[in-house]
Amino acid sequence: MNAHQTLPADDAKPAYNYAYLDEQTKRMIRRALLKAVAVPGYQVPFGSREMPLARGWGTGGIQVTAAIIGPDDTLKVIDQGADDTTNAVSIRRFFERTADARTTEATEEATIIQTRHRIPEAPLKAGQIMVYQVPTPEPLRRLEPREAETRKMHAWAEYGLMQVKLYENIARFGEVTTTYDYPVMVNGRYVMAPSPIPKFDNPKMHMSPALQLFGAGREKRIYALPPHTSVKSLDFDDHPFRVQSWNEPCGLCGATDSYLDEVITDDKGGRMFVCSDSHHCETRREAGHRGAMLADASALHLVEEVKP
Amino acid sequence: MYVAVKGGEAAILATHDLVAEARRGNEAVPELTVAQIREQQGLACARVMNEGSLYDLDLAALALKQAQGDAIEAAFLMRAYRTTLPRFGSSEPIDTAQMAIRRRISATYKDLPGGQVLGPTYDYTHRLFDFALMDEADGSAGEARPAATALDAAMPRVPDILGAEGLMEAETPPQGDPRPFDLTREPVSFPADRDVRLQAMARGDEGFLLGLGYSVQRGYGGNHPFVGEIRVGEVCVEFVPEELGFSVDLGEITLTECQMVNQFQGSKDVAPQFTRGYGLSFGHSERKAMSMSLVDRALKCREFGEAANYPAQLDEFVLYHSDNVEAAGFVEHLKLPHYVDFQGELELIRRITREREQRLAREQGTLPEAAE
Amino acid sequence: MQTKNLIAAGFADPVFQSQAAFRTVLAALSEPGTVQTVSAAILPPDGLCAATATTLLTLADYETPIFLPQQLRDGPAGAWLRFHCGVAILDTPAGAAFAVIDGASAAPPLAAFDPGHDQFPDRSATVLVQCAALTGGESMTLSGPGIAGSRSIAPQGLRPGFWAEVAANAELYPLGVDLILSCGDALIGLPRTTQIEETA
Repeated sequence: MNAHQTLPADDAKPAYNYAYLDEQTKRMIRRALLKAVAVPGYQVPFGSREMPLARGWGTGGIQVTAAIIGPDDTLKVIDQGADDTTNAVSIRRFFERTADARTTEATEEATIIQTRHRIPEAPLKAGQIMVYQVPTPEPLRRLEPREAETRKMHAWAEYGLMQVKLYENIARFGEVTTTYDYPVMVNGRYVMAPSPIPKFDNPKMHMSPALQLFGAGREKRIYALPPHTSVKSLDFDDHPFRVQSWNEPCGLCGATDSYLDEVITDDKGGRMFVCSDSHHCETRREAGHRGAMLADASALHLVEEVKP
Repeated sequence: MYVAVKGGEAAILATHDLVAEARRGNEAVPELTVAQIREQQGLACARVMNEGSLYDLDLAALALKQAQGDAIEAAFLMRAYRTTLPRFGSSEPIDTAQMAIRRRISATYKDLPGGQVLGPTYDYTHRLFDFALMDEADGSAGEARPAATALDAAMPRVPDILGAEGLMEAETPPQGDPRPFDLTREPVSFPADRDVRLQAMARGDEGFLLGLGYSVQRGYGGNHPFVGEIRVGEVCVEFVPEELGFSVDLGEITLTECQMVNQFQGSKDVAPQFTRGYGLSFGHSERKAMSMSLVDRALKCREFGEAANYPAQLDEFVLYHSDNVEAAGFVEHLKLPHYVDFQGELELIRRITREREQRLAREQGTLPEAAE
Repeated sequence: MQTKNLIAAGFADPVFQSQAAFRTVLAALSEPGTVQTVSAAILPPDGLCAATATTLLTLADYETPIFLPQQLRDGPAGAWLRFHCGVAILDTPAGAAFAVIDGASAAPPLAAFDPGHDQFPDRSATVLVQCAALTGGESMTLSGPGIAGSRSIAPQGLRPGFWAEVAANAELYPLGVDLILSCGDALIGLPRTTQIEETA
């Protein structure tokens, strides 16, 4: 038989579709997105496609972005809050190649922000769309591994198991020990996984003016938060939800209200804390804010001093 | 003024160069051709076609070359390409009864119409190195043997023989014979029907299915299987173009089919009969087809009203975890930076430790007084 | 000009026109009550306004059966949708993923369409309601997700009792149909989450 595909010639640019996905696939994802917006926090199953990037490496977020992006958009991609982390670079390159995307690192210039693990520090604006990469969309999965069961729990809003688990935490440690992917209640109806953002970022979701879309490629689920939607982190009257705080400011820009990453500077216990949101930190330094370790950071090649 | 040092992009591009170099190895050694892989690594190509869900020997060989022989990486390349291919339609169901047999064995009958055909198999090789293969000299395919006698034209499938006697569970299509589900296009929901399960296993990881099949045999599942038949050979693929209205022969593909025969006690309403476990795979891939047929039978527990206590009997467990491209992606994503989340954990554990030390210090501070 | 026997053209540039139209519909359902405008320059078939035709061209295909009232089904609209979207056109509301209804017509009621089911509330119909105008009618006040505080709309040409049907649909939440009110090249999204009452 002669079923072999004609292999693309070396000089031929592969005829991939705009934004990689074919139009039928985009329609299917778009329909799922509209239903996701109509039922905030509910996980819509979708026919997640095999992507040229690995499962678990952002294929859900990539499919959502591919289904919404157009020539008028400006795309920002972050991982761990930073624009230059390897997977963020890789995904940004993917959209530059397949969708000729205009990209930016500036949060306020972006119309679409694809993210893994963070929400930018700069407040989001109306008209912006956040696209979250989600590894485990099911907030109940660790409590109940069977999809057939968790689906019923959502259908009947039976969230007692989650409350029990959080309360057991409190009984044991005096507080809820979940620090990221901290479950939220959406519009008073669905318990939702916010993706593994630190709980520090949870309050940014509540009543955000931006549209927030969530894509889980491997698990084949899409969900959404329309703008101005109630997103409440689960807690108890006697143990209200609290976010992380640090004792020291960012070593580079001196910010005291941003989420900080820890950088080990030597093998003698030396460390510094720097903003996880790289664009936020740079913007502050450009405005003249200086952290206590800025000069040291130059020696560590975390930043570079530009001589005028 | 200070700007952040950004090395991500350059570092990524450097890895592309390094992997190309690693793939090529020592340039003093001639480069492998795709044709060599296709012709001389046929079993590896078969595995890549199965787990890549695409029957194309050349592409499978290319994938193996590009992936340095990493079967899962090669399957990933196949899948990412497959998803971009346009669909012209679905073929007619293939008929394995009409297979041009290369190998056909049954463990349930000493002899049967068509006979036992051993064909190419490692089964009775002694696993002793053939050091002659170390030489790069022109390797002929062993000594010439007298031409085999022509095989019988009729090779009935063993379960069909049992079926004619009324002893084998009949395979009947679901009501209305709907188009089979395609899990590459639609999200799966549970419980999953047999078409979904078989499709998932056909593209599932050979090692995972092998382990599950083995677990059934060892007692994590209640089936006692016999290999009714394994057959390997070529089957025609036919397609009916909308505009023609009659079927056109697209060519033939190599397939391995395994049908396991399992006991079934029967129930109040059903007379005892044998039940079937079915496996079908691209190329010559017996281990895959056998494993699949063991797990297929185990997954039928719901239909037979049997208890589902073991992993191989749980459709969610099998379907969600047999896809090695998904599994590899998620396991390997742990390599990605997680320092934001880890920082949250650090902050928590440090604070809990600090608070505990403070509490202990307070308690120690008060204890001596209490003793006085 | 459109002749009776010819099927008018669809998108000249399907990739980018459908992308732009999708973002319009996404904005409409994300921010209920805002009037959004489709810009894709298509000539819709008789019986469909540009907003309805563009929305269906963007979202419908062989996987999504569409309900059309008889007049549209048997006219150029049915032929146009079959040709461009490859959709199955249904003569009953049950099983429809999308539906086009005339806002002034007495039937079918919204309750006739699929509201999804408790384990799969996404499997509900999206109903496009063609109106006489999207402004100038009785003022209704909206609240819910996508709306900061409240927002008012005043479409015209809707059947008596229509708003009571919409309110009853919202009661089904998280089940219920999602509505798109359309007129000319403009549309308003009313997902099932939107609470609606007469403006005091």
